[in-house]
Amino acid sequence: MNILKKTIFSVLASLLIIGNVYSSDKIKIGTEGAYPPWNSKDASGNLIGFEVELAYTLCRYIGKQCVIVEQDWDGMIPALIMRKFDAIMAGMSITDERKKAISFSQGYADEVASLAVMKGSDLEGMKTPAGISLSSPNSDAKKALKTITAALAGKTVCTQTGTIHQNFLESGDVGKVNLRTYKTQDEVNLDLASGRCDVALAAAVAFSDYAEKSGKPVVLVGPTFSGGAFGNGVGVGIRQDDTELLKAFNRAIDKARKNGDISRIATKWFGFDASM
Amino acid sequence: MELLAFGKTGWGDELFIATLMTIAVSITAMIIGFFFALIFTPFKLSKNKFFNFIGNSYTTVIRGVPELLVIYLFFFGGTGAVMYVASIFGYNEYIEINAFITGAFAIGIISGAYSTEVFRGAIQSIDKGQFEAANVLGLSKFGKFFKIILPQTLRLAIPNLSNVWQITLKDTSLISVTGLVEIMRQSYIAAGSTRDPLFFYSFAAVLYLLLTFLSMKIINKLELKYSRGY
Amino acid sequence: MDLELMINSLPKLLSASLITLKLLSVSLIIGLFIGLLFAILRLNKNIFINRFAYGYSYVFRGTPLLVQIFIIYFGLGQIEYLRSTFLWIILKEPYWCAIIAFALNTGAYTSEILRSAFQTIKPGIIEAGKSLGISSKIIFYKIQIPIAIRQSLPAYGNEIILMMKGTSLASTVTIMDLTGVAKYIISTTFKPIEVFIVAGSIYLFMTFIIHNVIKFLEKKYSFN
Repeated sequence: MNILKKTIFSVLASLLIIGNVYSSDKIKIGTEGAYPPWNSKDASGNLIGFEVELAYTLCRYIGKQCVIVEQDWDGMIPALIMRKFDAIMAGMSITDERKKAISFSQGYADEVASLAVMKGSDLEGMKTPAGISLSSPNSDAKKALKTITAALAGKTVCTQTGTIHQNFLESGDVGKVNLRTYKTQDEVNLDLASGRCDVALAAAVAFSDYAEKSGKPVVLVGPTFSGGAFGNGVGVGIRQDDTELLKAFNRAIDKARKNGDISRIATKWFGFDASM
Repeated sequence: MELLAFGKTGWGDELFIATLMTIAVSITAMIIGFFFALIFTPFKLSKNKFFNFIGNSYTTVIRGVPELLVIYLFFFGGTGAVMYVASIFGYNEYIEINAFITGAFAIGIISGAYSTEVFRGAIQSIDKGQFEAANVLGLSKFGKFFKIILPQTLRLAIPNLSNVWQITLKDTSLISVTGLVEIMRQSYIAAGSTRDPLFFYSFAAVLYLLLTFLSMKIINKLELKYSRGY
Repeated sequence: MDLELMINSLPKLLSASLITLKLLSVSLIIGLFIGLLFAILRLNKNIFINRFAYGYSYVFRGTPLLVQIFIIYFGLGQIEYLRSTFLWIILKEPYWCAIIAFALNTGAYTSEILRSAFQTIKPGIIEAGKSLGISSKIIFYKIQIPIAIRQSLPAYGNEIILMMKGTSLASTVTIMDLTGVAKYIISTTFKPIEVFIVAGSIYLFMTFIIHNVIKFLEKKYSFN
């Protein structure tokens, strides 16, 4: 090839590469698709849920198109770092530990966690306050933790791997428990229903959603938890060096909150206003 | 049984597509494995200590570490490695290597390690006289390889390669981490959605048995074809 | 490459590998008995018995181990009736579900190895025994079985290594074996590559030991 052809070829090639780089005008958002009502899939396999709907709203405010990508929970943060997508909206709570690896936007919704058992379990009717916060535990909270520790002693407790729930159970706040961790919330539900688990811990809405859809007699027990090991609300996960996108999401969340979008979408999916 | 119906309410069509996907990934992985074997078998047979070491490391490591780890390592590290190489050239965006290629490649690396062993064994058991005769006939290196060595290698290798095929086929059940929807992942989704794991996992077993059965029939025909004259 | 993480995770991974070894040894022992039983059944003249044994081996070798574990753990756990029987005490525990799946799986492969070893014993040896007036039963226990075991050593050594890799699937049903703990460490440190390199090296080391032990046994019990 003569010089002219070579130059044309390389210019075209570089345009193709650069073109690819710049055509990423879309924001790719990763979600699990297996944690209803936060995110799940419908019968045809399309991603749906509170966060999917909120994501589209936020992207509208940011002014870019978004593409929702499915990702298994245990590979969520590595996938973000690997640039498989640009943001995580998967019911991921903001915790100090996760902040070591990624940045978070401000919280857009609150998740309260709860223990759950099958009807008839001897843990039913645990005497605790309705909800406790672990960020600055008052005496009520501390008493509740003691009650829970006694109740869980020797019991098999199940939760999803890599979650704030697992962190809490391992923190020692409820003593030593026989902990089992599973890849998805679905598997936790299955083993709770079959009796392999005496009690499970997850977002309260996750259990009520399961009880509703499966008809199984799942009962919430104990107080609802927030704060402390449970983090400070659910936010958008972003790569640490992606400061522009972080600002964009924070602005969008402000707008969505002011316009009542978050409350509306949350009430639609959770049955109550879980917005922050 | 209605669970298996085709169409919107039944999982029949999803499972059918998933089965095709399993077959596609297995075949692709097997072929990728052959390419690895093409490189590493000569390495293992080489008298050069360095190449010999590389060849042996490949088969020892890949066959000695659980498939789950290889797949995870490849999935998390492989894309990273490719991107690292690309970033040297200034390309910093995410390189979308789709789930199929990732999965097939991961299994292919594993399959290749077993295939390498099979080919090595087959070539080593070809009578030395064949190599000498080929030399005497004055054939070129390629002629020697393709006209005399390769046909005999295939004949000796096919029974063992059928084992490698079985291993490859079953290993595809492990690549759900890449998100690829093959039999195992589709059964997982269906089981979760219908809360009927017993039915769907048992059916998955039936599907794999079907594939195994059909594979054996096809491979037996191949064995007969390549044993002609013996 | 985070070397500090690799060094810090080593103790946890090493203690988890003890669980892997425990799973491996219990499964192999039970599997060996199953394998011997079905190898004998396969050689039986009764067509129903040997077809049944063939069916067992075909099913367990023709389906992935992952499917087998999932059927036993999730599938059987779904059956309400089973949960009310005494079997539930065993099936409730992921550890035993895994052992059952592993044992049945290795039993199938072992039965094939032993069967082919039995079939390649030179008939002359058995005839010699008979001509000496030794009963068939004693010939079987004192001549055929030992010879079959010696013949099987290379193939069985391979099976041991394959089974060791199979135990990594216990991590899919909540068991904290080497792979399970590796996955756990990754989920808290987000550094998959470093952790898997350490875990992989431990597996390689165990493979190396098993391989050399088998080689040693082969030499020791060779026919020379």
